[in-house]
This record gives sequence, structure tokens and C-alpha cells, in this order.
Amino acid sequence: MALLEVKNLTKAFGGLKAVNEVSFKVENGQILGLIGPNGSGKTTTFNCINQFYPITSGDILFKGKSIKGLKTHKICHLGIGRTFQVVKPLSRMTVLENITASAFCRVKTIKDARDKAYEVLEFCKLLKDKDKLAKSLPIGGRKRLEIARALATKPDLLLLDETAAGLNPSELDEAIELIRKIRDNGVTILIVEHIMKVIMTISDRIHAINFGQTIAEGSPQEVANNPAVIEAYLGEEYAQG
Amino acid sequence: MKKNILAFVILGIIFLIFPFVIRSDYYQHLVIIALMWVVIGSSWNLLAGYTGQVSFGHAMFFGVGAYTAGILATKLGISPWWGMMFGGLVSMLIGLFVGWVCFRLRGPYFALATLAGGEIFRLIATNWESLTDGMVGILIIQTFRSKVPYYYIALALAFFCIYAIHLIMKSKWGYYFVSIREDQDAAESLGINTTLYKNVSLLVSSFFTGMAGAFYMNYMAFIDPQVVFSLHYISIMAILVGIVGGVATIMGPAVGAFVMVGVQETFRSAFFGIAPKWISQAHALVFGLLVIFVIMFLANGIVGDWQKIKRNVFRIRASS
Ligand SMILES: Nc1ncnc2c1ncn2[C@@H]1O[C@H](COP(=O)(O)OP(=O)(O)OP(=O)(O)O)[C@@H](O)[C@H]1O
Ligand SMILES: [Mg+2]
Repeated sequence: MALLEVKNLTKAFGGLKAVNEVSFKVENGQILGLIGPNGSGKTTTFNCINQFYPITSGDILFKGKSIKGLKTHKICHLGIGRTFQVVKPLSRMTVLENITASAFCRVKTIKDARDKAYEVLEFCKLLKDKDKLAKSLPIGGRKRLEIARALATKPDLLLLDETAAGLNPSELDEAIELIRKIRDNGVTILIVEHIMKVIMTISDRIHAINFGQTIAEGSPQEVANNPAVIEAYLGEEYAQG
Repeated sequence: MKKNILAFVILGIIFLIFPFVIRSDYYQHLVIIALMWVVIGSSWNLLAGYTGQVSFGHAMFFGVGAYTAGILATKLGISPWWGMMFGGLVSMLIGLFVGWVCFRLRGPYFALATLAGGEIFRLIATNWESLTDGMVGILIIQTFRSKVPYYYIALALAFFCIYAIHLIMKSKWGYYFVSIREDQDAAESLGINTTLYKNVSLLVSSFFTGMAGAFYMNYMAFIDPQVVFSLHYISIMAILVGIVGGVATIMGPAVGAFVMVGVQETFRSAFFGIAPKWISQAHALVFGLLVIFVIMFLANGIVGDWQKIKRNVFRIRASS
């Protein structure tokens, strides 16, 4: 049984079908890359998975059970963590407080939450920034904080939305290393990324969409050579990548 | 840290011996009222400052608390001191209803709904004469002739309220409240039931405000709808106490309460009788100017900007 199964997912905003009959599975322990040109519906797919938006039709199964219609916070408790493409730091809280707040998802006492937060800080190499206000972090730090916060909720499945965008080359390598480390800790990952270097090196499989519809799925190699994908990306990052 | 504890101990002693040092009824009265405002301001701050849900209608909770105590005493003969407990609880029920209605909506709806709620309750209290005696108000017999017992009850209530909020803010609830204030969407995605915890914050806030209202009933022995449901004297004053002292700080509203009661009294009494009488009419205007001043120069309030105040005072001294 797949950890996550998205079945004929459709999300319409008025007349626009941002996601249209998309289906895919994420297997346990896998990293699935979700790619597509700008505006193709990747973030919308994420927002549907954690029920940030109500879905128009289709279904989403997590650990075999439908999670359609559940509240967003409930989905987090079930074990799906996410990051936001447009980062949403809890600005006037410190990095440590941001992560502690999330850690309460699994523990009751402040001490346990703190302990968990320190563990995550160390894992994400944010320890030296722990007392800084979240709003004072540079973009690289904020992206890291997004990941750290989601990890503190102990997810089985982590949804990463362009966490590498805006990073410089050395930060990029660190980000790849971090994502691999997260997977090695047993967290299954669904990742959206524009930077081909990242997505092609870390994904086990890739699912490509365009205009809200699936255009290809397969190994990174297969998808990269797929004519529909090449066409969708023509003149975009793929040409450079 | 050590310095803080020392400051609190000294402050504690001052408050404990105050009514024996200052025997004047007038000053004791002012401090009792200020202590009551510490409770209301701290409650408002928990909801607005820490949780980010700004209420323009705390008079609703204050008035309901006061009327609960008053009605229980006059209609059922229950001691209005029991009324303090019931006042808090009934206020909380009103809070539950307000939260249930408003917290599904986001943005300014809550602020607007509380504004309307305060006015609605004022009209109810004015018109439901069989229960509230309408504009005539409720009069009870005071339990104590001296102000001293009231002083200690107000002091205990203020201390208990601040301490409770301090503990809450160090717990999971506190982290959740601030997370909701900072970004509701992020909070929800991090597993925080934002609707539930906004309600929790509102319930605590309305409980303490209701108790303050019931205390007011006991102390003043007279209430009417114009006073306890007043937009100006209660709802707006609660906001002023919070922002002047400093929102989202534990001690801010306490400082704000003393400053605001001081300012209010100075103007009400026309500078204790020194200034011409018309000054007392201008106190609403002065409130307005004070708010503008605080927002422009001390956006974080007296406590929030304490370091800045110290620095500036120091600079003025050094340059003169
Ligand atoms: N809340 C919304 N209301 C209306 N339309 C929306 C909303 N969110 C997204 N859309 C539209 O849905 C489409 C898909 O957007 P989405 O953000 O999912 O794209 P994306 O694949 O994440 O793009 P990018 O690579 O730029 O992040 C776009 O046309 C967008 O304008
Ligand atoms: Mg996107």
C-alpha cells in the first residue's frame, strides 16, 4: 500500500481547473518529485493534500484512509508535514520558539517540546540561529526553518514546496544533503522543485504536470527524455539544466 | 534575573503595606480601580496582544460579570462575593457564544462583532427591565465600610490574573496563541487547531474580565448599563491600558492600568482642582492625544519600549 495516494484530484477556482484529474502514489520511503512549469498546479496540489483548500473532486488516501474533508491541523497530526513556497515564518518568535510550537504536535510538556526542538535545530543546522527572531533570518535560513518546523511535527510524509528556490550554490548543496538526511531518517518526501539539479538528483521517481494535468511519470531519466515534458519546459529551466 | 526577583519582592511589599501607609480613602479608591484595570487590561492583552484577536467589546464581558453578581444578589439573595465566581463563568459562556459565532471568520470580523456585541448587551441591559431594572440600575448594600478589604481582594485578583497569564504563556497554550497571532495558516499547518485555541484564549480573557466586573459590582455597590457596558469607559479603556502599557508583555497592562487611571483621574478632577473646570471635559481628547503619542513614539508601549525610554531619558540628562 502506498503511503499517499492521490486519486483523480481536481481543484477548480471558478472556471479555472488548477488541478485536473491528477493521480499519483507516493511509496513508503521514496522521494517523489512533482514538476511542471509555473502555474501548472503544483502548489495547489499541496494545498489540496493537506486540505488547506477543499478539493473539488477526487480523493486523497493517506495510509489507506481517505483524508478528504479533514481539518488541516488534523492532517498534520495524522503525519503529513508541509512547507510553504512563500515562507510563513512566525515572524516575532525566535527560531527556537517557532520549532517548539510545532513540536507540541506530538508531546505535551514544554520540556519535551524543547528537547524535540533542540534535536531538530541540530539536525537542520539551525542551532546557532536559535535565539534570532524568525523575521531576521535571511531567505536561506527561513527556508531551513520551514523544513525544521515541519520536521518537529514528526511527519511520516513531508511535502516540500520549492525549498531550494532562492538559495546560492553552496546552500543548494546543503539543502540536497538535508533532504537526503531526512529521507534516510525514514520520512517519505513529496517535493516540488524548479531547479533541475536538485529534483533530478534526489528524486526516486518524478511526476510531471502541465496546466493541471499529468503529462508524464517515471524515473528521472525517463521523464527528462519525455517529449511532452521537453515541450512543456522548452525555453524554461530545462533548456539550461 | 536576580534583579528582577528583587524588584518583584520590593513591589510586592509596597503593595502589601500600601493601605496602612496611605490612609486616604481617595487614594485607596484610585489604586483599587487601577488594580481592577490591571485585570481587565491583562485579559484583553491575552486575547488581543498575545493571540492577535483584537476585541473592541470587552465591556460586554465586564458588564455581564457585573450584572450577574448584581442580579444574583438582588433577585436570589446570593452573596455578591459568590457572584464573582459566577460573574466569571457567565462571562465565559458569553465568550463561548461570541467565539463560536465569530472565530470561523477571519480578519476584522471578530473586532467588529465584539464592538457590536458590547452595544447589544448595553441595549439588553437597558430594556430588559424585569431582570435588570433598566436605566435605574442595580443597587446593593456594600459588605465593608472600609476600603481596605476591597483593596486586598482587588490585589489578590490582579496578582492571580497576571500569574495565571504568565503560566499560560509559558505553556503549550501560550506558544499556540502567539503562533496564531503570527500566522494563522502556518499555525494550522503545524497541527494547531486555530479555532479551538482562539476560543480558549477568549474564554480565559472573558472569565477574568467577568470577575473584574463582578468585583466592580461589589465594590461600587451600584451599576447601570451606561457605566458597565460603556464603549468609551470600558471597551476603549481596555484597549488603551493594553497599548499604553505594552501589548504582548506580561507587565504591560499592569503598568498601563496605573498610568491610564492616573491620567483619567488627573483630567476628571481638572488636575485635582488646580486647573479650570472645562479641562475635565477634555479628557476624551487627551486620551486620543496620548494614544497618538504612544503609537508614534512608543509603538510597543511603556513596558515594550522600556529600554528605549531609558536610553532617551539618559540622553536628555547627559546633554543638559
Ligand atoms: N487561491 C487561488 N485562487 C485562484 N486561483 C488560484 C489560487 N491559487 C492558485 N491559483 C491558480 O491556479 C493555477 C496553479 O497555481 P499553482 O500555484 O498551483 O502553480 P504552481 O505549479 O505552484 O506554480 P509555481 O511554479 O509558479 O509555484 C495558477 O493559474 C494560479 O493562478
Ligand atoms: Mg508553486
